[in-house]
Amino acid sequence: MRRRDLLAGTALTLLLAASGQARTISGALPWAPDAADPPRVVKPGGWQFFTPEEGAALEALVDRIIPPDPQWPGAKDAGVAVFIDRQLAGPYGSARGLYMRPPFQDGTPQQGAQSPLTPAERYRQALAALDKYCRSAFAGKAFAALTDGQKDKVIDGLHKGPLRLEGASGTAFFEQLLKNTREGFFADPVYGGNRDMIGWKMIGFPGARYDQRNWVERHNERYPLPPVGITGRPDWAMR
Amino acid sequence: MARRLPSTDVVIIGLGWTGSILAEQLTAAGLNVVALERGPWRDTATDFPPTYAQDELRYHIRHDLFLRPAQMTFTFRNKASQTALPIRSWGSFMPPNGVGGGGVHWNAETWRFLPTDFQLRTHLTQRYGAKFLPEDMTIQDWGVTYEDLEPCYDRFEYLCGTSGKAGNIRGAKQAGGNPFEGPRQRDYPTPPMKQPYAPTLFAQAASELGYHPFPQPSGNLSEAYTNPLGAAIGPCTYCGFCEWFGCGNYSKASPQTTLLPILARRSNFTARTESEVLRINLDRSRKRATGVTYVDSNGQEWEQPAELVLLCAFQLFNVHLLLLSGIGQPYDPKSGEGMIGRNYSYQVTSSVDAFFENKNFNPFVASGAIGMCIDEFNGDNFDHGPHGFVGGGYMGAVQTNGRPILGIRVPKGTPEWGAEWKSAATKNYLSSYECATHGSCYSYRDMHLDLDPTYTDRRGRKLLRITFDFHDNELKMSQFLTDRLAEIVQKMGPHTIEKKPRKGPYNVTLYQTTHTCGGAIMGTNPNTSALNRYLQSWDVPNLFVTGATVFPQNAGYNPTGTVGALTFWAADAILNQYLKAPGKPLVQS
Amino acid sequence: MRLLLATMLLLLLGSTTGIAAVDRQDSTEIAHGRYLATLGDCGACHTNPGGKPYAGGRPIATPFGTLLAPNLTPDRDTGIGAWSDDDFIAAVRDGVGHGGERLYPAMPYTYYTRMSRDDVAAIRAYLATLEPVTNHVKSNQLPFPFDIRTGMDVWDWLYFSPGKFKPVTGKSPEWNRGAYLVEGPAHCGLCHTPKNFLGSDENSQALQGSALQGWFAPDVTGAAHQGLGGWTVDDIAAYLKTGHNRFSAATGPMSEVITDSTSRMTDADLRAVAVYLHDQTAAPAETASAAPDDKTMHAGAAIYVDNCAACHYGNGSGSPGLFPNLQHSAMVQSADPTDLIRIVLEGTRSVATTGAPTGPAMPTFGWKLSNAEIASVLSYIRHSWGNSAAPVSADAVASQRQSLARGED
Repeated sequence: MRRRDLLAGTALTLLLAASGQARTISGALPWAPDAADPPRVVKPGGWQFFTPEEGAALEALVDRIIPPDPQWPGAKDAGVAVFIDRQLAGPYGSARGLYMRPPFQDGTPQQGAQSPLTPAERYRQALAALDKYCRSAFAGKAFAALTDGQKDKVIDGLHKGPLRLEGASGTAFFEQLLKNTREGFFADPVYGGNRDMIGWKMIGFPGARYDQRNWVERHNERYPLPPVGITGRPDWAMR
Repeated sequence: MARRLPSTDVVIIGLGWTGSILAEQLTAAGLNVVALERGPWRDTATDFPPTYAQDELRYHIRHDLFLRPAQMTFTFRNKASQTALPIRSWGSFMPPNGVGGGGVHWNAETWRFLPTDFQLRTHLTQRYGAKFLPEDMTIQDWGVTYEDLEPCYDRFEYLCGTSGKAGNIRGAKQAGGNPFEGPRQRDYPTPPMKQPYAPTLFAQAASELGYHPFPQPSGNLSEAYTNPLGAAIGPCTYCGFCEWFGCGNYSKASPQTTLLPILARRSNFTARTESEVLRINLDRSRKRATGVTYVDSNGQEWEQPAELVLLCAFQLFNVHLLLLSGIGQPYDPKSGEGMIGRNYSYQVTSSVDAFFENKNFNPFVASGAIGMCIDEFNGDNFDHGPHGFVGGGYMGAVQTNGRPILGIRVPKGTPEWGAEWKSAATKNYLSSYECATHGSCYSYRDMHLDLDPTYTDRRGRKLLRITFDFHDNELKMSQFLTDRLAEIVQKMGPHTIEKKPRKGPYNVTLYQTTHTCGGAIMGTNPNTSALNRYLQSWDVPNLFVTGATVFPQNAGYNPTGTVGALTFWAADAILNQYLKAPGKPLVQS
Repeated sequence: MRLLLATMLLLLLGSTTGIAAVDRQDSTEIAHGRYLATLGDCGACHTNPGGKPYAGGRPIATPFGTLLAPNLTPDRDTGIGAWSDDDFIAAVRDGVGHGGERLYPAMPYTYYTRMSRDDVAAIRAYLATLEPVTNHVKSNQLPFPFDIRTGMDVWDWLYFSPGKFKPVTGKSPEWNRGAYLVEGPAHCGLCHTPKNFLGSDENSQALQGSALQGWFAPDVTGAAHQGLGGWTVDDIAAYLKTGHNRFSAATGPMSEVITDSTSRMTDADLRAVAVYLHDQTAAPAETASAAPDDKTMHAGAAIYVDNCAACHYGNGSGSPGLFPNLQHSAMVQSADPTDLIRIVLEGTRSVATTGAPTGPAMPTFGWKLSNAEIASVLSYIRHSWGNSAAPVSADAVASQRQSLARGED
């Protein structure tokens, strides 16, 4: 510990005893400078989890789930595929922190998912099966090469069930994909999606702003401030 | 091989709300207290600062502040005829972790139960006759009255700085407050929170229907406040990142803001974090606790001897630890014998969605406990005779957040994806609203907790098994409350409403509340409870148990206010009675 | 010089006649000594954090290198147990060590000289009651040529004016008590008075702020913008007693001063200090600083509303006792913005005392805001709501960010 840390804070007793006992707090609240655990900023560019073919399929999928229109971009331009790629490359993809001990047995819908598949495995498996299905059903074309109408039909089939994937659950995959697409469209841009806060601008959500005291009693009024993310907004720069 | 530590006066298992309250009370009286917390230390500026706390993905969806199921989870089934399966990822409830426990990420909705809630069986039997109650309903009187607890509610509210408007001060009804509440000695310590648009519309509609709306009591404060211990709490900024999140600007009442700074300065208080208690140790007689055994993050086991053991962890963990420690008798639903695991209950919530034209609700201007509510249909505040169920709940327009990933609302029938969804999401985000009911959940013979036969944690210990479903009584109640709520919502002027009453079977994947209750309940008789009226174990007199664990059944309110009050009640009993004759039962069984 | 040496010799000789200034068996005398040690905050240097009281060994950073504070416990071999009372008084009031060597003015004898012999003897009586601790401390860790103590002969001749405090006629007893405390045992100027290149006080700018250990001890005179001009006497006293008042909170090196010294002073003494400081208005009239350009103010305002308002409020008024008021703040308007930059980069924790136990902390922004963004928002704050102080440059932020990362004090 740097000496000036001792000067900078109240006297603290933080014992990491040689005996290996856990952290002990006694005498004062512990504090250290620079202590923070902010999210790591996702930088777009390239795939960290998907192969280029998987990435292309995923971009095409999400861009139908939240499609572009003249007013607002779709999920692809919003970076949702990048978001999903980075999530799958990280602890979420490997189901870290979840209870993944066997035995895995099917239960009722009320008991929740009992699959040994991690999200990363599910995507890999389902995208491979989807690719196989499309090439067989659409004369050798991958999902990304289908028309919008064809894509929508495939997605609908996955969602409602009639489209069965070989070796993968289409409905479970769709549920996962839908969830992650919405996450990617509306999460803080630091995670790679919601590029330029486009999802927030679309609906009128102010993002990470923390002080709304002046707005509580302004009833039925439009909130005028642009959204801000954890990493800021354009107005922070001198222009 | 556990290494033995020097003995202490008191060991506290779990440093959340109840652990912190008891630690403060007992260290103030000069006792040496060691608190053991499974999770990490948590502090506002370093763990949930307003530089990155406002992250829906991380905290609400990826559950960053909560216990990892990989470390401890439960198995679940609706009925005993099913095989319980592990809850692999949290859904219906969110078990806390870390110093501050649920107090870090609660909504701060701070209610008192009704006087009749504490004498539930006696009261309902008197009013409706014993046959009115389902045969398998196991509700009980608590062994304490509202009058016993009133000073303790007051102390918890003044510890927190709770913002609200009293409805009944020493018998005199106060306009603008809850006319049904039990009498209180004085008003809340800070004024009620300011209300956004939709709650004011709700209140207007409710008044027009003859109800008495009032502001929900809030532990996120309406103004800066210094509590009796000298802790400074700030004014809430309506950020909309309240429940599920830590508060970044000291304005949510939590152990961090109300107690820990004072506790940390006391030389007779020590907290050890990343220390997981494995069991409460008993002596040969099995009637006296000698302390606890815990494991630290290096895998080293330690024995912490103590004269007094206080089990202050989250409700489900409390029951689990009692079972793993062999304290009391595990409950057997077939024979009805055994008190540990009996009378498990939950909360029955429902909602009404409403879609408006030309209204801007700014849903993101929000706080965990703001809102306007009515209590006409809670508890036994209305005649249940014609309706064929018992219980009730409060209802209101409670505006906790407008977070987009999970908060986007579209009318029924809208496709879940595609251009139509996108357009409906955009159109309705600012102009739709959800009102809610928050109903009681009474206890039944078959709803219980025990040890799972198959699944274990990473240390090979059996997981706690939850057997729970909604009974007809609760589903009827929920339908009734939802219908009444819908009438009010309709008067607010939406073009469309959608009623969403609670439907069975209970689904452990859908978030409802974290108000799991019971399993080691308090009462007047060791044949029908695990603890006496002072929360002292009938089986092991130098063990006290706190939290919603002690509720014989759950009422139509968020439990934390009552949990806090009962903790002060137990603290008084320990200080004024127990310590005069340590190790002795306070109530003769 | 010779006269000075001769005088010193006389004093030393005089002391060997062994006039006992203090009755060591008088508990009120010992308590008096303990209070004076609190006023002088001796423990701040002579007690190593986590170590035994007054056993020394704590490193003291100076612009010239590091010193280690000696062991003041009664241990005969490694502490001051073998010292006579006069030895101790000579060290504290005259800057002369046990072997006759000059002490470095990190030991604030230039201030303690204002105390009477009796007072210093009482401190000695108190120290003599402590548990003796064996801790051999080699104080002088300075690099060459500063480690040559005889250089201090010259320094003392240039800068040291020994002598007991003389009350100022025409001022109240309370003012004079405050003057004695500030200029004497509390040695505020050691941190708050700017230093010349040889490390001595610039007396013409007494208490007008000084940089040390990576912080800037602000102007504590009654100056309007950069000092405590916006505070009442009660505000100053409350701050010293609890570390907090309705405007501000103590942090950084001042935290220790509060917990170890001022929070343990009597209310009367705190008031006296406050009265004296409040009356110090010798600083030249401050001219309003130039405003930052529009671009900076716009960017700063946006950063402020998104990052700062949730605690410090839209108009900087904060929340009394919890979040400092950025209006009327000496720290905000100091000519030297070191503290502002440091606090924003690393975060900081305000002091926790019995009177104000929460000790709210400011989170770190160093990972979140760029140097330019920090410069913008600080410039904005320094020129809003009646504040007037020069803009902060991105370069200044960058330079401080680097030195903090290097672990430089």
